[in-house]
Amino acid sequence: MFMNDIITTMFNKKFMEELFKPQELYSKKALRTVYDRLAHASIMRLNQASMDKLYDLMTMAFKYQVLLCPRPKDILLVTFNHLDAIKDFIRDSPNILNQVDETFRQLIDMYSCLSAGEFQLIRQTLLIFFQDMHIRVSIFLKDKVQNSNGRFVLPISGPVPWGTEVPGLIRMFNCNGDEVKRVEFTNGGNYISPQREGSFDLYGDRVLKLGTNMYSVSRPVETHMSGASKTLASHTKENAAPNPLAKEELNFLARLMGGLEIKKPNGSEPGFRLNLFTTDEEEEHAALTRPEELSYKVINIQATQDQQQNEELARIMGEFELGSAVQWKSATLSKSAPLLRTAWSSYSKVSTAMSPQSISATRAQRWAASPMWTPS
Amino acid sequence: MSSPCDARALTTRCAVSMAAGDTGMYRKERSVPLKSSSSALYNNLSVLPLRDKQLTYFAAVHGSTVSLASASADGLSVSHRQLQAKEGGLAVSASIVTQASWCVLPSRVLLVLTSQKGIQMYESDGSIMVYWHALDVLEPPSAQAVFARGIAAASGRFICVGTSSGLVLVFDIPSKGTNITLSEVLQEHHDSITDIASEVGENPDGAADLVTADDSGALCVWRSKEEFSLLTKISAFGWTCSSVKLWNGVIAAGYGNGQIRLYEATSGALRATVSAHARWIYALDLAPLTGKLLSGAEDSYVQIWKLSRSPDTGDIEIEHCHSECVTDTQLCGARFCDPEGNSFAATGYDLSEIVRYGQV
Repeated sequence: MFMNDIITTMFNKKFMEELFKPQELYSKKALRTVYDRLAHASIMRLNQASMDKLYDLMTMAFKYQVLLCPRPKDILLVTFNHLDAIKDFIRDSPNILNQVDETFRQLIDMYSCLSAGEFQLIRQTLLIFFQDMHIRVSIFLKDKVQNSNGRFVLPISGPVPWGTEVPGLIRMFNCNGDEVKRVEFTNGGNYISPQREGSFDLYGDRVLKLGTNMYSVSRPVETHMSGASKTLASHTKENAAPNPLAKEELNFLARLMGGLEIKKPNGSEPGFRLNLFTTDEEEEHAALTRPEELSYKVINIQATQDQQQNEELARIMGEFELGSAVQWKSATLSKSAPLLRTAWSSYSKVSTAMSPQSISATRAQRWAASPMWTPS
Repeated sequence: MSSPCDARALTTRCAVSMAAGDTGMYRKERSVPLKSSSSALYNNLSVLPLRDKQLTYFAAVHGSTVSLASASADGLSVSHRQLQAKEGGLAVSASIVTQASWCVLPSRVLLVLTSQKGIQMYESDGSIMVYWHALDVLEPPSAQAVFARGIAAASGRFICVGTSSGLVLVFDIPSKGTNITLSEVLQEHHDSITDIASEVGENPDGAADLVTADDSGALCVWRSKEEFSLLTKISAFGWTCSSVKLWNGVIAAGYGNGQIRLYEATSGALRATVSAHARWIYALDLAPLTGKLLSGAEDSYVQIWKLSRSPDTGDIEIEHCHSECVTDTQLCGARFCDPEGNSFAATGYDLSEIVRYGQV
């Protein structure tokens, strides 16, 4: 039931239109805010510490998928794996399925024709976003895809990417183009040829496993470690068919509470609260001991006050149709985009006006980048 | 999620190749720490050996910052500096740096930075910026990314820099001072420039001085007298050429499918193909005094090769010398640290150090 709400919100037509516009990558703050809104698009509630944990898990999982893509174009296959799994959750709801399929088609239209070099640029930009994140995830540690220092294991064996040859052959040609010599060498790894290429169609075998459901394999439940470590507890296997009685109970609860009102955390909360820790005390303790560098400083946006400071976020948030307590004036929305464009064009005029010839030695000295070399 | 455990148990993780024709072993030396980790960008390591000072400068890019490290010969004494890619003195938001590279000219050495906003040139120690060139901004902003990338000194008096639209900007560099001018714009590429290389070996008259590579994998070969003129074009074969080198009329090019190709520079003829790596190649470097070539890729390996020309047939030959695996690291930069190729350095994505190897 929550899946339906979250997926409906995520694939909302206006939000998708906004996402498909050419733009810079969202800032970390913006992404975290979008994530929070999505997670709260159903009656599920998470407090700060659990939300942080869930976000860390998502971030590290996605970093892993982007990093380990055999070819840059495979990030599209990863996305298709995500969508295939989402479609499986809502296969009984034709309306939402339609929305997801529509997005699928837009992705195919927009990205299928990009070159390998362009995909690599996208991948490199994403990797800059994830740089220096080494949060340990217990499911990754257990599967030995992550080391205890938080860095991912990069195998030097297995199939090479589609289009790459297994390393080890040198071929030399004369000036007429005839092959005159062939030498084999040992490159150090243990690679084999790939079987087949994954499908980039609406339906098909993606071949690539990156981006498929991490939790679809059964694992023994771990005893939870102390709050001092940054490891996330792993989840037990989810039932494929939800208990119909449980579903009815929750639906009844939702009807009693009458809608999706979002209240401030210090008031009494409707819906129910999801705690990703074993006890409430642990959750509070984790919130208190969370390292400063991992806090995300989530911004709560009020329509009128934050409009000037957070134009980017205001514009993104405006695209959500939550049917909830937060109201947006349509004027806010229409003002933000032109404001951003005006700011960009006046900045660019300033930058081109600075002719290189006008730089004199004295001005160059004023721009000295940093103080003396500092010893490490 | 597939489990790589079993495959890994069978494979030696840091294999050192003992191929026939191994012209020397390398052993690991003390790493040089960096103040920030390296980003996954092509050719993301530049090295400037200062023999008279017994120091080596290293530069690697992280987002909008360039980390400079100056290390003593034994690697024990290291000092640091960081450069931000901001436009001049304006406090606007920093733009992502795509590459940082030292350009050695007869009279001076400049450190060149390319970014989304433009090109900056500094004195070699990064202390003073001597030149700033802004890239033309597309109006209205389009879906195409805008940036500069690809840096090389050429013909003893120019610095050539590539752009995302496929242009190669040629800057005339005076022997001292800040009177740097844009003297030429070369327009032959249709895709973003990835790398530029100038001839580092013997260069008879009329031969190639410069080679430029782009995202589609096309290469252009140039000769410079007063101006640059196009000698030949080498067609793409479907994979990005991320790194290119030119030595004694031989072009060495590294591609996204892990292949290295050698071409005759004047004619563009293909002379060798090497299935060198299992992943995208990010860096090539050449040691001009010996013809050693190194390649670094996302597959965690640095491979060392030896280029030569057969005296009888004139055929270009390449042999494999050595493999080095930097465990769990996707390499993004690799360079020789001396012109003979007796030592080399590498860095990788998320790695906050430069790993070094020296010949025993």
